Amino acid sequence: MDNDHLSNLIVTIANAGDRKAFADLFKHFAPRLKAFAVRQGVGSTTAEELMQESMLSVWRKAHTFDPKRATASTWVFTILRNKRIDMLRRENRPDVDIEDVPERASDASSADEDYQTRQTRDLLRHAMDELPADQVEVLQKAFFEDKSHSVVAEELNLPLGTVKSRIRLALSRMRAALPESQI
Amino acid sequence: MINHHPPLELLFDYATGSLPEPVALAVASHASMCSDCRKQVDAVESLGGALLSSIEPEEVSKDALRSVMARLDEPEVGAIRCAAAKDRETTEVAPEPLLPYLGRGLAHLAWRGVGRKFDEVHLNLAAKGFKASLMRLKPGAEMPSHTHVGTEYTLVLAGGYKDNGEQYGRGDFALKDSSHEHRPIVDTDEPCLCLVVLDAPVKLTGAMGRLMNPFLRV
Repeated sequence: MDNDHLSNLIVTIANAGDRKAFADLFKHFAPRLKAFAVRQGVGSTTAEELMQESMLSVWRKAHTFDPKRATASTWVFTILRNKRIDMLRRENRPDVDIEDVPERASDASSADEDYQTRQTRDLLRHAMDELPADQVEVLQKAFFEDKSHSVVAEELNLPLGTVKSRIRLALSRMRAALPESQI
Repeated sequence: MINHHPPLELLFDYATGSLPEPVALAVASHASMCSDCRKQVDAVESLGGALLSSIEPEEVSKDALRSVMARLDEPEVGAIRCAAAKDRETTEVAPEPLLPYLGRGLAHLAWRGVGRKFDEVHLNLAAKGFKASLMRLKPGAEMPSHTHVGTEYTLVLAGGYKDNGEQYGRGDFALKDSSHEHRPIVDTDEPCLCLVVLDAPVKLTGAMGRLMNPFLRV
């Protein structure tokens, strides 16, 4: 299923409370959410629970999804991230309300904005493939193992400055791979 | 115009989900007011999205869909706390991520006067080793000179102050650790409202000392 179609499903849920759209979205994301949680080191039972809680949140928060700002996968990732933190009993993680961000002149919708959003996922994936292994290692530790910079540095036996600079490098490569308005 | 931002690694750790809740609250609140930082967070979240979409799927339990579908109409608990904080003053001043922590309007919080310089209200966060509060510093107030054993994260929500020659106003994010000795002075006509997160007790370096140490006044 491409990202466009996934976005439309979320929008349909928001506009019409469409259960069929939810079931379709579930088929795509549920197995990935579970896999992501497993990669993050929680057991299979917890991963299943986390997936179900995240999907419930997808249904409830569908109205906050803005297809111009994020791809479906990115938005669903943030839901999983927040749910996981809830579960780890670090309490409610504050989330950024996108509507709260002041619009800038350059954010004004342009004709090719949707097109750019559509391209984002492929570009990102491509950019990830191109990253040097040492940068990917740091990124994966950060995402999958929920490690802060200092913990990553300790585990890889690297100076904190090196971890920081690898992350900066990776980010600037990702930014370079994306159209200006997507970053 | 926002001039002081969280460092990139803090935005990154927020986006991957590895910040403790109180620090995440300060970073999320800043990002909700600052489109530049919001874009940095977006970029990192996009990485998370790319990882999610390219991951090898894992089989889910057979009745997973049915059991989630059965819960779709359950009421959501968190929304109520948010709604209670939505009077006009509060929505104009408090960033969205902060609202669920207030549970009521800014004017109706349990403010407690601390000396003549400021009022304070503790936020109910369970994270161990952290303290989060809203501080309302009176115009002209000078805080005692202090350094930090750990780190202090400050987000200005209203008014402003001057600290070591730097001006801080709404949306500005200040991060201070043991290498900074500082002495903020409120230089606006209105009170200066800040969200302040501490991850270790403040070490007071001036004489005004103990009374003002937030960790000694629990």
